[in-house]
Amino acid sequence: MSKDIDICIEHVTRVEGHGNIVLNVKKGKIEKLEWQISEAPRFFEAMLRDRDYTELRPITSRICGICSIGHSLASLKATEDALGVKNTEQTGIFRRLAINAENMQSHILHVGYLAVPDLLGVGSVFPLVGSKHQETLLKIVKLHRLSNEMSDLICGRTTHPITLVVGGFSSLPSKKQLLTLKEKLEDGLKTTQEVAKVIKSVENNFPDFTRETEYIGLTSDQEYALYDGDIASTDTGRHPDYKNYRKIMQEYVVPFSTAKHAKHKRDSYMVGALARFNLNSNKLHTGAKKVANLFNLKPINYNPFMNNIAQLVEFVHNIEDSIKWIDTLLDEGFEYEKPVDIKLKEGRGVGIVEVPRGILVHDYTLNKKGKCVKANCIIPTNQNHANIQKDMEEFVPKIINKPKKEIELNLEMLVRAYDPCISCSTHYLNVIFK
Amino acid sequence: MKPKVAFFDFSSCEGCQLQIANLEEEVLDLIDIVDVVSFREVMKEHSDDYDIAIIEGSIMRPMDVSRLKKIRNNAKILVALGACATIGGINKIRNQWPSEEVKKEVYGDVGLEGNKYFDAFQTKAIDEVVPVDYYIHGCPINRDEFKHVITSLALGKKPIIPSYPVCVECKKKENVCLFEEGKFCLGPITRAGCGAICPTHGSPCEGCRGILKKPEIECVMEILERYDLTYEELKSKCKMYNYGMEECK
Repeated sequence: MSKDIDICIEHVTRVEGHGNIVLNVKKGKIEKLEWQISEAPRFFEAMLRDRDYTELRPITSRICGICSIGHSLASLKATEDALGVKNTEQTGIFRRLAINAENMQSHILHVGYLAVPDLLGVGSVFPLVGSKHQETLLKIVKLHRLSNEMSDLICGRTTHPITLVVGGFSSLPSKKQLLTLKEKLEDGLKTTQEVAKVIKSVENNFPDFTRETEYIGLTSDQEYALYDGDIASTDTGRHPDYKNYRKIMQEYVVPFSTAKHAKHKRDSYMVGALARFNLNSNKLHTGAKKVANLFNLKPINYNPFMNNIAQLVEFVHNIEDSIKWIDTLLDEGFEYEKPVDIKLKEGRGVGIVEVPRGILVHDYTLNKKGKCVKANCIIPTNQNHANIQKDMEEFVPKIINKPKKEIELNLEMLVRAYDPCISCSTHYLNVIFK
Repeated sequence: MKPKVAFFDFSSCEGCQLQIANLEEEVLDLIDIVDVVSFREVMKEHSDDYDIAIIEGSIMRPMDVSRLKKIRNNAKILVALGACATIGGINKIRNQWPSEEVKKEVYGDVGLEGNKYFDAFQTKAIDEVVPVDYYIHGCPINRDEFKHVITSLALGKKPIIPSYPVCVECKKKENVCLFEEGKFCLGPITRAGCGAICPTHGSPCEGCRGILKKPEIECVMEILERYDLTYEELKSKCKMYNYGMEECK
């Protein structure tokens, strides 16, 4: 334990956005260890000032390319909450299909394209072409395609959805298209099980590391909460007073990061697939529970690397859940409904949804002309930055005697396990001071 | 020899690079004709030896300017990818206020002066900083257009980008005009190439592919008059994607 180490990984690869890992060790003692965010701040909430309520959804969608559907839904829920809009049940079903599609797309991208290369010992998915893993790669691509086709069908487009509007949808798929989608989803379920077996065979390549922390996400009595539910914590239980979300998600600024950090009862907390699993695993559909059992994943699991597996479990759940909702729509029949009529009024609205990386809040205040006067967004990745930092502080002493290259890889894998979305987390505004 | 391609990103949502992953199996065809040497979002390897640099995002900080200039020096061909890069897009909305004011509204007074990460100036498109050879428009880009541009460049040809309005593509799809439904659509002044994807799904065009160099302004005025709308309202609609460029008379 007397060695010196200098690690500076500028712009960690295979994550969304720009982040750096800095580690300086002198005579075995950690002198500096920082998870830095260097992405340019984008000032989104400032840009929403004075915008019409119909423009808030398309603008905030552009916070993130990967979770644009999630931002759209949080934005619509906030706008509708402010205007007192009551949506139809059918809108709720189609929005659940939209959120499932996005969760699938994002999770398979992360597990398949960004995390699997580490497990197979390669630098990206490209070397897998023509290797013995080509078949697995093609299965992953097929599942990715399925997820995107589903988003295209429900939302008009995968990235930056078109059909999601205040009070409903601007267009809907046909019954025939939904039936075809259902057949593809059923086939996708089988493919996912095959991919799960491959990941199982290399699961020992995930570092063995646990650190007790708090997990925060939505929870619901009706379902595995994604579109709707109460804020909940593994430490403090349910918090139904959603408009007071700031009591739970306390954000603050740190100088080495253009993204804010957050905490609740402890120094940090975690959001995302593992947090949702830890809170709501009993609400998963049968196939998803089987995949969790395959990996012996049980709540509360404190290993951040298992977030990858929780994503795989959720992927299966999202397929099963989508099949269930498509069956409901086809059995009961559906017609295109015009969006609910809007009556402008002054007020504040808060929209909370679960997006692939965790719980997301949009909070708008509108004036009587329907223009936005104040906006705040709480982004999942921001809520995870402090937890990544705390994990690193506990993880580094455990791996400090490994060769430098291995320490680097382990730290990168830790960051990747969180699937950070850095563009999102530097959307910026409204600061709460420590 | 396959041309060497490198991807870079500045201020953006990275959704345009994501469209490349969204080409699915066709990505494999793509790496048949070009050699991807740098693509941080999906690969660990990196090289500064490339022919074509593809750039997503807007420029907002002095540290971004120096990075972009280095890339321009290294590349034979520079391509701007997506609205943030081609026109500044959504990122330019904040240009209606001075940067200092936006920063103050955002961070309050937390003593970040001199911190290079936070040193933001007004949003610039790529060609406001270095010369751009080709543009792939849209928010997000159209995957088919991306394939067309890359294939053309790999073959040493000039890619063709439409110079007519979205209305042309919308008419071809036999959509009912959204002005008829009481919606304000920027199709008449916006560059086509998206297949009129938004109007086809019942949502008005927001102008993400940029305003045409020479819109048929007389026709546009006629449309506005027919639906009892004003040129001022048109300009205000343009402030979502084309802030500072909304004057099209």
